[in-house]
Amino acid sequence: MPDTRSGPGRLLIAVYGLFAVAATARSGVQIATRFAEAPVAYLLSAFAAVVYVVATVTLAVGSRTSRRVAWVSCAVELVGVVVVGAVSYLVPSWFPQATVWSHFGSGYLFIPLVLPVLGLLWLRRTAATAV
Amino acid sequence: MIDFLATALIVLALVCAAWALLLAVLDKPLTLDTKLTLGIAGAVVLLEFGLLVQAVIGVVKLIGLDRDIASATFVGYLIGPVVVLPLAGFWAIAERSRWGAAVLVVGCLSVPVMIVRLQQIWAGHA
Repeated sequence: MPDTRSGPGRLLIAVYGLFAVAATARSGVQIATRFAEAPVAYLLSAFAAVVYVVATVTLAVGSRTSRRVAWVSCAVELVGVVVVGAVSYLVPSWFPQATVWSHFGSGYLFIPLVLPVLGLLWLRRTAATAV
Repeated sequence: MIDFLATALIVLALVCAAWALLLAVLDKPLTLDTKLTLGIAGAVVLLEFGLLVQAVIGVVKLIGLDRDIASATFVGYLIGPVVVLPLAGFWAIAERSRWGAAVLVVGCLSVPVMIVRLQQIWAGHA
């Protein structure tokens, strides 16, 4: 099984790690200080944070099981950013406070939209070259 | 907040990011045995030291502050770069290809972002 954490994977995991740290810290502060303002948005932020942490760790580990979990995390992320992104445009009142996935991640340079795609492609690439 | 230090740290972080980008483009792994790679290691260590100083000063100033700001977020952005930069550094050094330097580009670019957010929160518009 080729390494998921060498070459471009190294950079991918670094960006995932950055998002994991940022999303966890941000959602921790939101839930601790002003949860009542927008419980749905903040719970969603917390969920996104967990997904980023799982994706970071499983991509870094790269064993057979962990690759499978990483694939699911990336897929969940992609669905999340597309669905939440669409809903945040169609029914803005559902998300009074922005989440990392609102507006397809436009507040984060659209990285949340690009990241899961790159993650899935990287998993496929490293699997394809497996001996 | 401490405008001079913050500005200096932003400039230093951008210099480090540009330097790391150069290494990545030139396909130089972070071997730490050439002038270019040792130089960036020194610059990143200096940046980390400056971020630590900023974190200490920031917490002290926050304690003595007589107006209301988003203090939890403020402390988060003080500690954030102090933690992220060394993590990025070690993650980068363990990679023996140009992608190690690319990791450092991202790590260094995250520093100015966090410092700008820090200044916004200090100014009161979180």
